[in-house]
Amino acid sequence: MAMKISKNKFNDRLSMNLDNDFMRSAVSSAQHRFQTRRSTAIESLDWEQWRNHGEEIRQHVLEHLDYYLYELSENVAARGGHVFFAKTAEEATNYITNIAKEKQAKKIVKSKSMVTEEINLNTHLEQLGCEVIETDLGEYILQLDDHDPPSHIVTPALHKNKEQIRDIFTEKIGYTASSQPEELAQHARQILRQDYLTADIGITGCNFAVAETGSVCLVTNEGNADLVAALPKTLISVMGLERIVPTFEEMEVLVSMLTRSAVGQKLTSYITVLTGIQEELDVDGPEEFHLVIVDNGRSSILGGEFQSILQCIRCAACVNVCPVYRHVGGHTYGSIYSGPIGAVLSPLLGGYDDYKELPYASTLCGACTDVCPVKIPLHQLLHKHREVIVEREGRAPISESLLMQAFGMGTSSQSIYRFGSKLASTAMKPFTSDDKISSGPGLLKNWTDIRDLPSPKKERFRDWFDTHSKGGRS
Amino acid sequence: MNVSLFATCIVDMFQSNVGKSTVELLERLGCTVSFPKGQTCCGQPAYNSGYVKASKDTMKNTIRVFENAEVIVCPSGSCAYMLKEYVHIFKDEPIWQERAQRIADKTYELTQFIVEVLGIENVGAKLSGTATYHPSCHMTRLLKVQQAPMTLLKNVDGLEIIELPLKENCCGFGGTFSVKMGRISEQMVDEKVASVQQTNAHYLIGADGGCLLNIGGRIERQNLEVKTMHIAEVLNSR
Ligand code: SF4
Repeated sequence: MAMKISKNKFNDRLSMNLDNDFMRSAVSSAQHRFQTRRSTAIESLDWEQWRNHGEEIRQHVLEHLDYYLYELSENVAARGGHVFFAKTAEEATNYITNIAKEKQAKKIVKSKSMVTEEINLNTHLEQLGCEVIETDLGEYILQLDDHDPPSHIVTPALHKNKEQIRDIFTEKIGYTASSQPEELAQHARQILRQDYLTADIGITGCNFAVAETGSVCLVTNEGNADLVAALPKTLISVMGLERIVPTFEEMEVLVSMLTRSAVGQKLTSYITVLTGIQEELDVDGPEEFHLVIVDNGRSSILGGEFQSILQCIRCAACVNVCPVYRHVGGHTYGSIYSGPIGAVLSPLLGGYDDYKELPYASTLCGACTDVCPVKIPLHQLLHKHREVIVEREGRAPISESLLMQAFGMGTSSQSIYRFGSKLASTAMKPFTSDDKISSGPGLLKNWTDIRDLPSPKKERFRDWFDTHSKGGRS
Repeated sequence: MNVSLFATCIVDMFQSNVGKSTVELLERLGCTVSFPKGQTCCGQPAYNSGYVKASKDTMKNTIRVFENAEVIVCPSGSCAYMLKEYVHIFKDEPIWQERAQRIADKTYELTQFIVEVLGIENVGAKLSGTATYHPSCHMTRLLKVQQAPMTLLKNVDGLEIIELPLKENCCGFGGTFSVKMGRISEQMVDEKVASVQQTNAHYLIGADGGCLLNIGGRIERQNLEVKTMHIAEVLNSR
């Protein structure tokens, strides 16, 4: 899977998902659960102070990214690892498939990683004839379900309910028990256990890379990253260019904020820290370690007006509060990155051709900005995209553009405004009955399809005020 | 105190009753209210849709009209916030930014003005029945006015306030979002109306004209019993 998950147009994706009641109730109850758990997890903290600290760490890293990337790669190398900088998705997949070829790998186990989805790594490895197995339960479900795309950056199978998951297991892996999450997970674990032992290569993502030690830190719910990293002889970790922290101290702060924001846990069940290759006294660990650092468009965001989006620690708190996401689900976004973070990031990494609708799929209500643990001004970035789309890219529909120019003219000139607003009630007369408009013309139709509109008043407020201030009563 | 009223275009054209109530209320509380005639709109419809350049002249007009005011009061959290945002919007035009700062410093949303500036918590209003209050997003999250409307509503004689379930959910207005993304907006406003119905309240109260046009319009369309009121109308009920 690449970043783009659908060939359909935005409106078609939207229709399909709005009609999907299963998905909508699964998403809405998950959001509710996540929101409640998050509030409980932060209630005893001075969360604003934590957020300031989180923001500061991430901004500091971005300001000195070249320094920390250098430090990180030196330290990975010092512990026997190899570092590869991939400018593009293609460079990254080439490098990794070459390793697979060299090792004559047949089986590869993976822990959850959005960046490997972004670069479409699995497809490339499968074309090579490798069997690629996702070991994160959510990813595993999607893989079994004929590669259904992820709909959420932390819990990728969020759009499915447990009955649907049971059906997939029954059809694909001979499952016969109930739809209890524990039983389902148990069954998957049993199958996966064999795979860890027989895999030739393990591939992980990277929540944070620690520059000072060259370590890769992974946060998981199931401990599967431990096994992916420890058992196969060759380990490859793939990270986005910006996922660095200077030392363990900052890592602890951010991991703490990540798990609280993501799933409302004070600590997630497993934090895995990988540092270099197996040494003499180690009982397990890889004999060979590669860290692939993926740019794929990130460095061009650096230094520009969207830089703050690179502060993101992929906690999905913004996704979990977003009212638009709640109704349309992740797949409507057409990108593996959905919700507010996806609506900002996807057009930056994938271009406006595919993603120009996303910045408009928001009321700019600001709920995302409020919960972001690293204080990314998400709603402002969504607005910034709109400005770029309209004013620099010239991609707005002509009808809208004319309307907005007219608005600009009408509201910047007092006399035109006064004339226009007076005219409004006359102009709307044919559509008015009982003082309201129930079926309006043009764009107004999109309003009146759903709701009534009071008709513009013949006596505007300003007319009343005129009389009032002259001592008149009304 | 001399109050310059920024009524907003929605009030001027669609909700003149909200404007009237605001004026009468403020006068009753001892203010002298003026309505600078040159005012039009805060510029949000175009600005939020990405037409920054096209909306700047509108904003400059607002600055010119209001810069000599003693205080500016606006019966909308969203538009009041927008007037404060001008400072950031004009960051590359220092002279306008300075003028924008002058109006930002003296702009208040109506309930914020009554509680924080006039220091009044009970305006002596009377309205009997049950009501629920929708805290609009821009007023709550961006302008950060949360307590003032609740304080004033609690002191309305005869009015019982029932908390709106999931009150922080956006109603789905979002300016041009409501027509550009009509189908998503519909889902959001339906969710809001369902919350309102759960309370069985007689009145739905809000402090933002846009949200009230949206929620109220949907309520009307569905012929529901609940009556939509702007907080200025409630506080002016006697
Ligand atoms: S943008 Fe903020 S809230 Fe959203 S995923 Fe990233 S860090 Fe979390």
